[in-house]
Amino acid sequence: MAEGVVKYINGPVIRADKMDKFKMREMVTVGPKRLIGEVISLDGQIGTIQIYEETTGLKVGDKVESTGMPLSVKLGPGIVGNIFDGIQRPLNYIFNKSGGYISEGIGLASIDLNKEWEVEIIIKNGDEVESGMFFGKVKETPLVNHYLMVPNGIRGKVIDLKPRGMYNMEETLLKIDDGKEIHEIKMYQEWPVRSPRPVNKRMPIEKPLVTGQRVVDTFFPIAKGGTAAIPGGFGTGKTMTQHQLAKWSDADIIVYIGCGERGNEMTEVLEDFPKLVDPKSNLPLMNRTILIANTSNMPVAAREASIYTGITIAEYFRDMGYHVAVMADSTSRWAEALREISGRLEEMPAEEGYPAYLPSRLAEFYERAGYVDTLSKKEGSVTIIGAVSPAGGDFSEPVTQNTKRFVSAFLGLDKKLAYARHYPAINWLSSYSGYLATLDGWYRENVDEDMMKLRGEMLKILQEESKLLEIVKLVGEDVLPDEQRLILEIAKVIKIGYLQQNAYHKEDTYVPLDKQNRMLKVINELYINSREAVKLGVPISKLRGSEVFKDVIKMKYSIPNEYKDEFKDLEEKINDYFISLKKAYEG
Amino acid sequence: MIKEYLELQKIEGPLIVLSGVENASYDEIVEIKCGEQIKHGKVVQIYEDKAVVQVFENTAGLSVKDISVKFTGKPLEISLSKEIMGRVFNGIGEPIDDGGDIYSKIKRDVNGRPINPVARKYPRDYIQTGISAIDFLTTLIRGQKLPVFSGNGLPHNNLAAQIVKQAKISSSQNSDFAIVFAAMGVKHDDAHYFLRIFEESGVLDRVVMFLNLADDPVVERIITPRCALTAAEYLAFEENMHILVVMTDMTSYCEALREISSAREEVPGRKGYPGYLYSDLASLYERAGMMEGASGSITQIPILTMPNDDITHPIPDLTGYITEGQIVLNRDIYQRNIYPPINILPSLSRLMKDGIGEGYTREDHPDIANQMFSCYSKVQEVIALAQVIGEDELSDIDKKYLEFGREFEYRFLNQGFDENRDIEETLNLAWEVLSILPQGELDRIAPEMLKKYYRG
Ligand SMILES: Nc1ncnc2c1ncn2[C@@H]1O[C@H](COP(=O)(O)OP(=O)(O)O)[C@@H](O)[C@H]1O
Ligand SMILES: [Mg+2]
Repeated sequence: MAEGVVKYINGPVIRADKMDKFKMREMVTVGPKRLIGEVISLDGQIGTIQIYEETTGLKVGDKVESTGMPLSVKLGPGIVGNIFDGIQRPLNYIFNKSGGYISEGIGLASIDLNKEWEVEIIIKNGDEVESGMFFGKVKETPLVNHYLMVPNGIRGKVIDLKPRGMYNMEETLLKIDDGKEIHEIKMYQEWPVRSPRPVNKRMPIEKPLVTGQRVVDTFFPIAKGGTAAIPGGFGTGKTMTQHQLAKWSDADIIVYIGCGERGNEMTEVLEDFPKLVDPKSNLPLMNRTILIANTSNMPVAAREASIYTGITIAEYFRDMGYHVAVMADSTSRWAEALREISGRLEEMPAEEGYPAYLPSRLAEFYERAGYVDTLSKKEGSVTIIGAVSPAGGDFSEPVTQNTKRFVSAFLGLDKKLAYARHYPAINWLSSYSGYLATLDGWYRENVDEDMMKLRGEMLKILQEESKLLEIVKLVGEDVLPDEQRLILEIAKVIKIGYLQQNAYHKEDTYVPLDKQNRMLKVINELYINSREAVKLGVPISKLRGSEVFKDVIKMKYSIPNEYKDEFKDLEEKINDYFISLKKAYEG
Repeated sequence: MIKEYLELQKIEGPLIVLSGVENASYDEIVEIKCGEQIKHGKVVQIYEDKAVVQVFENTAGLSVKDISVKFTGKPLEISLSKEIMGRVFNGIGEPIDDGGDIYSKIKRDVNGRPINPVARKYPRDYIQTGISAIDFLTTLIRGQKLPVFSGNGLPHNNLAAQIVKQAKISSSQNSDFAIVFAAMGVKHDDAHYFLRIFEESGVLDRVVMFLNLADDPVVERIITPRCALTAAEYLAFEENMHILVVMTDMTSYCEALREISSAREEVPGRKGYPGYLYSDLASLYERAGMMEGASGSITQIPILTMPNDDITHPIPDLTGYITEGQIVLNRDIYQRNIYPPINILPSLSRLMKDGIGEGYTREDHPDIANQMFSCYSKVQEVIALAQVIGEDELSDIDKKYLEFGREFEYRFLNQGFDENRDIEETLNLAWEVLSILPQGELDRIAPEMLKKYYRG
């Protein structure tokens, strides 16, 4: 085995001599504690290594040992419901080894290889199989069937197939004879995190990721297999939004990457998700959730890796035909980790100290999203939703700007809205979704012919409001004609009654599309009727103070998600009110 | 591995370069003897037989000749026992009162280690501070890290002192609590002020002080909060006490970090601060919270002064990205003679959601807090409009908002330094002020609550 010698130590970056037998991107262990690192550059005998653990105590002369493998993850049962560090070591395992504080020198670890799982075999001896084909099934959690797949690059005839039964990870379940070689197949496979897993082909994006968040689903939808960014200064609601999507979106699997953020936020997920119930299956949400945590005080180099660990796990579940949503909070911390390592390598900085390859790394990451036909001819998808934390809350900085180039949905969080506690603080004027046209058909077919049309009209009212507010700022509201004041009032109804959605409210935290659609219709009804009333000379003050305006604003709380006649009743009430109002003013 | 080296190659600001070094380990502490003086430093970079050492004390007086250097083989450690309470230490954890050394088998590396997220307990218990704006709008939770963003000349010290005096840090008879105080680059006056407050509130024997004052060595400042937090972790997680850590001034700390970074010729980030400022601050702020298996907690109140009152400056900005909210002081409000001059709009407590409401403070708390933020933000719009068209031209409803804004600031926000309001009093006062507005404007409050509490 190749062995290098440490020559230079600067935080997480070290250089070693005698490295000519090592490969680029190879995983290595360093020093007596066998710290885990990765070779990030090679120049003759000198190799540069980034280390995923604290380097305190490391010395010149310490050994660098090869593992012969690139940085990889082990993919098999035991991932779902678990929490890992940036290089897929289970945090519970680390806890058992080193207690409440994470220490270095834990060594490599991954999913529990000794655990036994009940494996159902779904092929026969003599079958011809190819990469990606399912050969077995494990009930990993009550929500997730884990399909065991033929590893990439292997095809041939099945021999020595084991029967259904309890097996641990290291047992050979079958062998595949490709004519030249016999491959032993186990319950898990390994995959280098920096390479995308292959698919049969990419497919067009046609379905939304339904999130139950009105401003997202109605106004700026995210697509299954698509990409979205959520930029915002501190305290504007990035993490809350990501948590809401992790809880309520209709993905089969959630991979939540806590990248350089707070420890307590991971703890919160660990405490809350087992108690929260998935609206579809009535089972705890933790049953479909995978957490990757490199919190802000954990080693920086592993922060860089955590994103790749997360996305690779997501692709693996996609290959089973699942729709996987990846939340990365925050991609800026990952970019900063790149910057920090780059700085220690004394690379030439580009914009604001970030390395020149920042845009290409971001592009590579977001390109790993997609709606695909898998190797096993199933439909699966990976959706990526990345939080961005711009310095000073200023969106013109490099990470936000470059992210914008590679994502299709942009949910811009607004400090002003957050200050006024308008949550989610997604700015409806600066946000956009590139999926409106592609998803239009789906909404027509699955929700309502008119939903997207109504969305357009509501957005128009909001845009008009913003123009009117410019005038109001200069002269006050009283001078506007009543039609325009009505726009302000309806915009207020949309903002308070529709866009604001309280994550802490039992009913409002998640709203099905159908209810969203009915709410839109009610607001539209109110608008059309009010407009006619204003034409008849009904003063705006009368409308604004009316019972029906209040009812519409409150409907998000007063009408349950499992509504019966409540919408019909409210619509009737609105109609009745305006009929009598019109009579009074016409007569 | 204790060796003495004599070859000092270079002295550059706080850094010295030693050569002919064997066996030095990254991050270890070295002792530098120069005549009668002993200075300390740590290894920050190693290259073949050279070690770059960052010296904590002033390097003035060091010469390339006539020194001896000892490698201790260990990172910086401090001795810990319950005896540290009531004691005063310098910025690198050496006693500076006349109590002598701390003798204990328990020694801890001041750098600490990251708490494993699976070992954390999510903080949920509310601490009453007796300060209306905080208890009502940015509720402090035991185990939270909640900084004060201030500006030069604003009363952040008074606010911190009032919190120290009034906060019910521990629920059980205030017996198992202590205060850890870390001063980085603060003036003697300010340190004395805190000392007096601790004395007056009778907690002096429960305070652990780490002082690096304005005229103390700058580099030492990097170690000061680490010593303080190491002491806090020991008391909270080994002795099961509730600890309140006050750290001031984080701005001086960051400036010290910048100074060293520039001496090391690192690529500077925003405003010359090093690119790793975020990770470095996180390595301090994340040392707060609660842990499985221990009944204690660490609540952190870091204080920082925003250069130019600019909240987008890297120091407040990166702090806000790490801490669980922030309390922001505002100069305009202070100039209106209001204490505490908290601007509630940018202020936030991320953990309050679990500690307020029915069964904790009062059922109406979440809704009216929300409403207060929304109405007060509307007040700012009305003020802007009034500046354009004049107050007389405002609509009746806008005039109500102005009145509400004034009452909010003068009656609700404003309170005496010795005034300790309980949560009931605070909530009632909030309703009184909100009730200036017509019921129709209060669109964030559930109808039942309005019926029960509205006083218009
Ligand atoms: N949808 C929401 N409903 C209720 N409160 C919210 C919502 N979004 C954000 N908040 C509030 O804003 C605070 C900050 O949100 P967070 O997501 O932590 O911000 P960021 O990650 O952008 O710093 C939260 O603690 C919460 O009080
Ligand atoms: Mg966040």
